[in-house]
Amino acid sequence: MSITKKASAASKKSFINYGIVIIFYIVFQILVSTGNITSALKGQLIPIACYMIMAVSLNLVVGISGELSLGHAGFMSVGAFTAVIVSAAMGDASNPARLVVSIVIGALLAGLAGFLIGIPVLRLNGDYLAIVTLAFGEIIKNILNCLYVGIDEKGIHIAFNNPDAMGMSATGKTVINGPMGAVGISKISTFTSAVVLLILVLIVIQNLVNSRTGRAIMAIRDNRIAAESMGISPMKYKMLAFTLSASMAGAAGAVYALNYSTLVPKKFDFNTSILVLVFVVLGGIGSMTGSLIAAGVLVVLPELLRKFSDYRMLVYAIVLILVMLVTNNEKLKGRMDIFAKKMRMKVSKGGKK
Amino acid sequence: MSKSPEVKLVNVPSPNFVPEKDLGKPLVLEAAHLGIDFGGLVAVDEFNIGIGATEICGLIGPNGAGKTTIFNLLTKVYEPTRGTIMIGGKDTHNMTPVQVNQLGIARTFQNIRLFDKLTVEENVKIGLHNHMGYHTLAGVFRLPNYWKEEKKAHERALELLDIFGMADLAGVRADSLPYGAQRRLEIVRALATGPKLLLLDEPAAGMNPSETEELMNNIRKIRDEFQIAVLLIEHDMNLVMGICESIVVLNFGRIIAKGTPSQIQGNPQVIEAYLGTHRG
Repeated sequence: MSITKKASAASKKSFINYGIVIIFYIVFQILVSTGNITSALKGQLIPIACYMIMAVSLNLVVGISGELSLGHAGFMSVGAFTAVIVSAAMGDASNPARLVVSIVIGALLAGLAGFLIGIPVLRLNGDYLAIVTLAFGEIIKNILNCLYVGIDEKGIHIAFNNPDAMGMSATGKTVINGPMGAVGISKISTFTSAVVLLILVLIVIQNLVNSRTGRAIMAIRDNRIAAESMGISPMKYKMLAFTLSASMAGAAGAVYALNYSTLVPKKFDFNTSILVLVFVVLGGIGSMTGSLIAAGVLVVLPELLRKFSDYRMLVYAIVLILVMLVTNNEKLKGRMDIFAKKMRMKVSKGGKK
Repeated sequence: MSKSPEVKLVNVPSPNFVPEKDLGKPLVLEAAHLGIDFGGLVAVDEFNIGIGATEICGLIGPNGAGKTTIFNLLTKVYEPTRGTIMIGGKDTHNMTPVQVNQLGIARTFQNIRLFDKLTVEENVKIGLHNHMGYHTLAGVFRLPNYWKEEKKAHERALELLDIFGMADLAGVRADSLPYGAQRRLEIVRALATGPKLLLLDEPAAGMNPSETEELMNNIRKIRDEFQIAVLLIEHDMNLVMGICESIVVLNFGRIIAKGTPSQIQGNPQVIEAYLGTHRG
């Protein structure tokens, strides 16, 4: 009686999210083409889409898999700096080709980093993933701080701590310059490409969640012991979710990096990881729609509050507190539940007739 | 309460016995000299049991006797300190709970362990997980195989839920079910993994007499329909004496008696373990 109904309920939720993204895209495209947008906000369009990808992918770990990751920005930086090198190395190719290859390789390397971290950590129960990812974020930032990469006709040169050790020829071009970060990046990512990537990421996550694999991941989250006794290996499925999430963060990082002409490693510090976690928590853990909206609003908000310059962060904090109060208010929650129940009753009654 | 007709128990190569009807079929479970220590505490010792292919066996004993510990040993939540567990003739030494489940043991839990935030149907589908033959990528890209297998799983899940008349609850979240229904869902979920032996840990806990009666009929129905063995822990003596073909009584981690329900009911050691000795 209800497979079509249930399938349509799940896909309805998914389509709402695609709808949100498409409306977001169309609205801003119109604003840009009619010139009704400040240049500061226009510059934020690609970062907003990237942060949405970050939020949705972190939600896969935090909301669906039930683990805490505090180093999501670390994976973003792996993708970002990989993309900078790849796009520089492909200097002659067309921009879309460079962008796509950069995103793919950035995602693969970030996924590999996630996989390597997952091997020891995901075997354990508890908050170890949070501790290790926190350390990973800091380590990767410090490694990038002393990384020098240059490209000349002979190929790619890599050195640590000492730019002269790269041994480049005189015509060589420095791509990553230690603490100064990536320099001379060609700005090849576009708002459209960022939105396409966001939709792809949403499709993958939402289809995954509504499949056999997604159910296994959620089963482990809800009750690890019961999942094991049902023949589901926790290690395998936690690994899958974490690696996938890391590679999506890498892809977001790639698009993000190729939107700027310079990019410092400090950009991807602990604060960025926490910022993404804030998107997920405020949007509602496990809710992709919430993550999208929270990421969008919280990236735009500081921009809109620029007029108040001095009080900007104060207002930002007040907004955060208000959102938390409202979403955790028992009375309000009760009202919402009653409303949701009524809606469900109506739907099921309609279905039976 | 409706009672099963009492069956005759016959000795098999010692130290176990099985119902006569299961004679000649391989044992689903055979545990020998099983024991586990927690630190210095001997929780279970010298536990021997053999379960026939379609036997319903009861495991009873006072609180703290080690009944649930034995379930945890059989499903490899704990690795035994001593002894062997053979499932379908295979030694389970150093196996994980996942591997043991794939050998054909499924269980329910004393303190209900459902996947709370998922629906009833999803809970059953997780039991069907290893019987669904499509790859993760087929799920992500929604290949034809995904739709075919999901449809099959949906139908199978409803069929299984129907055993307990729960098919109309398929879309309800597991944690919003009443207590008795949660227990029944656990059984359905365990059944979905396609076991040869079903371990039920206090299936009737918190049920009223009419629910218990219905549960008894359903356990029997499951056994007959799926031709599987059932090992159950239960404090409700009406249920135990009503459906079990053989009973094992445990006290302080050791077996104190084994036999048919009538043998157990008349056993002075069992009466002593439950009621204490009569002081003259």
